[in-house]
Amino acid sequence: MECEPSDVAGLVLSADQSSPSGVIDVVPGAQSILATFDPVATDETTVAHWLRALPVSIAPLTAAPLVELEVTYNGPDLAEVAAACDMSPAEVVARHVAGDYVVAFCGFAPGFAYLTGIDPTLQLARHSAPRESVPAGSVAIAADYSAVYPRSSPGGWHLIGSCDAVLFDADREPPALLTPGTRVKFREVDQ
Amino acid sequence: MIELVVVKPGVRSLIQDGGRLGYLRVGVTESGAYDRGALAAANRAVGNDASAAGIECLLGGLELRCRGGASIAVTGARAGITVDGESAMFGTAIQLVNDGVLRIGRAKQGLRSYLAVSGGIDGLEQLGSQSTDTMSGIGPAPLAVGDQLSIGQSSGAIGSPAAPPVVRTDNSPIRVTPGPHDDLLAAPLAELLNDGEWVVSPSSDRIGLRLTGPALPLTVTASLPSEPTLRGAIQVPPDGQPVILGPDRPTTGGYPVVGVVIDADLDRLAQLRPGTRIVLAVDS
Repeated sequence: MECEPSDVAGLVLSADQSSPSGVIDVVPGAQSILATFDPVATDETTVAHWLRALPVSIAPLTAAPLVELEVTYNGPDLAEVAAACDMSPAEVVARHVAGDYVVAFCGFAPGFAYLTGIDPTLQLARHSAPRESVPAGSVAIAADYSAVYPRSSPGGWHLIGSCDAVLFDADREPPALLTPGTRVKFREVDQ
Repeated sequence: MIELVVVKPGVRSLIQDGGRLGYLRVGVTESGAYDRGALAAANRAVGNDASAAGIECLLGGLELRCRGGASIAVTGARAGITVDGESAMFGTAIQLVNDGVLRIGRAKQGLRSYLAVSGGIDGLEQLGSQSTDTMSGIGPAPLAVGDQLSIGQSSGAIGSPAAPPVVRTDNSPIRVTPGPHDDLLAAPLAELLNDGEWVVSPSSDRIGLRLTGPALPLTVTASLPSEPTLRGAIQVPPDGQPVILGPDRPTTGGYPVVGVVIDADLDRLAQLRPGTRIVLAVDS
């Protein structure tokens, strides 16, 4: 089902509250939601009807769990981002810290969460050529999203800081620190 | 304690089970046996649950020594099986005595053979599964010489004597449900598939089956907002050469998905060798 990007997290939390029998998984994307179901237990019409009728929960703005991430704003792209946005690096940091973020969806790698709520003045297209290796814990921005790289990987986002939190651990339950609907605040700390 | 010791790992052998279910929304794909039916058949033959952990062996060449006795079965890609050098039955339970050596020869038909052992492989689970996720590195590394695989307690159930399914190598079309983005194609999907034949690329793997052949022409060049992916989804990158996503695919993707292979035909994808010509058709 396609939906507004700003509604994704609220729809997923709402789906979790009211999932009918036979629905196996509800997975969000940037502006769509995938529901998988057991065709023996239910059918496409029932599931589609349920999805389309879902209310957008306001929990991501209020009641959902809040994770605070401590960030050292020392990213290799901070100066370049500041120049591109026509502001000082300190202003970039202030605006990034001020944001109230919500995890819309995860993808790209285990535990990689796309956070909505970025200040519109910080929205930059991603690098045309991705870095071969972005260090784990890098705090990054690109287009409508902010994110923290859960582990070292290639990546095309602008790196503005770093964070020590373990975002993903396959030997932990739950494995991901940030899941769709989670609220996130960034807090600046010294190195 | 019963163990299987890897004497030779073959081209590439992986631990796989029924998959890592329920973590798509945090970016963890299912993994699990590529040919689900073949692993289930091997497990049934030795009296295990259908989703117990076994070995997915690409192209054969796997050699194992058994410490303690066990019942094993090999299904999927057809290959010669020997126990201590003597020819043994493919597809049904065979007994390995202490120190017995099982060898799976080079696959003659199909690509992936599955080995199940009574009691199942009893290794470390991560997120509820022992499967190797070749994309994310979750789960055990591919088998290597000297690896010792613990075997679980056998249920004592008698294996099913029924003949296992044979790998299909016919050229009947792989059936596809159109959508969600077939409207971005320059012509109706059914026509484009009807007119074409594709060859399985050697760069195919558990992440995706890459096809080369007539380009599927898109009317857009930009990628779409990231969407959740499905096993069997047919992604069309800008060059028009389709990729059918496999069990280790990324959980989201931005290329248009013009159709999804129907569930009943997904297992066939696991057995397509590079160079195989295939036909796709809209499921009617």
